[in-house]
Amino acid sequence: MLKFFSIGIIVLWALLALTGSLLPLHPNEIELNKILAPPEPGAWLGYDDLGRPVLDRLIMGAQTSFLVALWVVSLSLVVGTMVGTFSAYTGGWVDHFIVRIIDILLAFPGILLAIALAGILGPGIDNVIIALSVVGWVGFARLSRAQVLSLKHREHVQAAVALGVGRFKIIRVHLIPLITAPLIVESTFAVAGVIISEAGLSYLGLGVQPPEASWGSMIRDGTRYMLVAPHMVIAPGLVLMMIVLSVNLMGDRARDWLDVRSR
Amino acid sequence: MIRYLLSQLASAVLVMIGVSCLVFFLIHLVPGDPVEVMLGESANPADREALRQSLGLDQPLLTQLFSFFNQLLHFDFGHSLYSKQPIVDMLVERIPATVELALAGLFIAVVIAFPLGTIAALKQGTRWDYGAMGFSLIGVSIPNFWMGPILILLFSIGLGWFPVSGREGWSSLVLPAITLGTAMAAILSRMIRATLLEVLGEDYIRTARAKGLPEGLVIIRHGLRNALLPVVTLIGLQLGTLLGGAVITEMVFSWPGLGQLTIESIHRRDYPVLQACVLFISMAYVLINTLTDIVYGWLDPRIRLGQETAQ
Repeated sequence: MLKFFSIGIIVLWALLALTGSLLPLHPNEIELNKILAPPEPGAWLGYDDLGRPVLDRLIMGAQTSFLVALWVVSLSLVVGTMVGTFSAYTGGWVDHFIVRIIDILLAFPGILLAIALAGILGPGIDNVIIALSVVGWVGFARLSRAQVLSLKHREHVQAAVALGVGRFKIIRVHLIPLITAPLIVESTFAVAGVIISEAGLSYLGLGVQPPEASWGSMIRDGTRYMLVAPHMVIAPGLVLMMIVLSVNLMGDRARDWLDVRSR
Repeated sequence: MIRYLLSQLASAVLVMIGVSCLVFFLIHLVPGDPVEVMLGESANPADREALRQSLGLDQPLLTQLFSFFNQLLHFDFGHSLYSKQPIVDMLVERIPATVELALAGLFIAVVIAFPLGTIAALKQGTRWDYGAMGFSLIGVSIPNFWMGPILILLFSIGLGWFPVSGREGWSSLVLPAITLGTAMAAILSRMIRATLLEVLGEDYIRTARAKGLPEGLVIIRHGLRNALLPVVTLIGLQLGTLLGGAVITEMVFSWPGLGQLTIESIHRRDYPVLQACVLFISMAYVLINTLTDIVYGWLDPRIRLGQETAQ
C-alpha cells in the first residue's frame, strides 16, 4: 500500500515536471483582488502575496526541483563513479591524492560549501546545479572507491589482467557492473538530499530567482504572511516533504531489495 | 597510541590546509571582477584600487595564497567591507550562539534517539518498531526551513509558549533546538536500533540472560554499552550535518550565530566575512572529527591497532 503510494507520488512529480509546460497554468499571472486569498474552487491552494495561484506555482516548483535533482544526481553519479573507480583501481599516489581531495571536500559540514559556492557564483538554476554537484560527487566517489577496493583482487579481475585486458575495459566490463546495486541505492537517497538542498538554497535566496518558482522560495515568501495566509507555507512544505519521504521510502526498498548492506 | 595520535593529527592538518586553500580560491570564483562585485558598479576608482590593494588582489596568486596563510596563522581575517569591524571580533561575538544552538540540538537528538532506537530494537517487528521507524523516516524527510515555520505557527503564534525568533533566555532556544535536532534524532535512532539488534544477537547477551540477570540490566549494561561505540562515531560525523543545518535554522529563527552571519555576508557581498565564516565552521568540524577519532581509538584498541597494521 505504502509502496504504491510512494511510487505514485514520485511518478506524479516526474509527470508534472515534464508536462507542466503543456498544462494550462498561469504561475505568473497576477490577480490583484486575490492577494493572499485562501483556497477556493478553481484555485485549490489559494493565492500568494502577489495574487498568483499557489497550485500553479507549486507545479512550476516541481519542474525546478526535478530538473536540479536530475542534473545534480546524474553529474555526481558519473563523475563520482569514474573518479572513485579509477582511484581505487589505479592505487598508489593517485589514490592517495584523490582520497585527500575527498577528505577535504567532506570537511565542509553539510550544505555549507554549497551555500558558499552558490553565494559566490550568484543566484540562478545553473549555479545551484554546479554548487550541488561539486558537493555531490564526493559521496559516489567514496562509495565506488570502497567497492572497487574490495573487488579488484577478485579472481575474474585477476584473470582479465592476466589475459592482457586494458585498464579501462576492466573497469567498464568487470568492475562497474558489480557496483551498480549500491550506486542505485546511493542515487535514490541522493535525489532526496538534492531536493531538500535545492529548496534550502532557494529558501536562503541563493537559488532560482523570481519569477521562477522553487518550493524553497515559496516557503520563504510564505513565512512573511504566515498569520494571514498559512496556506502559502503549508502547501509547498507538505509537497516537498511528501516527495522526499517517497524517495526515501523507495531508497529503503531498493536497499532491501538489492540487499546492499548499509555502510 | 602515540603513533595513532600523530597520524590522526597529521591528516587533520593536511585537511585543514586543503580546506583553507579551497576557501582562499572561493573569492576567485566570483564572476567578473570581485572588487567591482563587492563595491558595486558605482564605486569610484580610488576606492576600488584601495580595496584591491587591501585584499591583495593586485598581487600574484601565489603571493596572495602565502599572505592568506600568514594571516590565518595570526588569527587575522582582515576587516569586514560592510561594518569595517575586524572579522575576528565578529566571529567571536557570534560563536556562543551557534555553540549553544548546536549543543541544544545535539541534546534533543540524543534524548529522542536513545529511547526511540532502543524501543524499536526491543520490540522489533511490532507496532512500536514501525512507529519509531516511521518517525525516523519523517524526521529525515522534513526540511528544517519548513519545520521551523510550522513550529512557530503552532507553538509561538498559536499557543504563545515560545518567542517567535531571536535569542533571549531559554525559552527562545527550544524551537530552534527541536528544529535542528530532529533530523539527527531520526538518523541516530535508526543507527541505535540497527547496532542494538546486532549486539542483542551476540552470545554474551544469551549468557547474561542465562545467568539470570534482570532484562533491564542485560539491555543497559551489556546491550547499549556495546552498541554505543559506533553510535559515538556517528554523532561525531553527524555534528557536521548539524553545523550545516544550523545555518538554515539560524535564518529561520533569526538566531544571531555564525550561520546567520554567513548568509548576511553573502547578501552584502562581504566576501572576506563569508570566507572567514566558512573557514571557521569547517575547521571546527575537522577538529571535532579528529577528536572523535582519537577518543574512539583510545576507547577501542581494535581501531588504532587495525589502522596501524593496515598502514
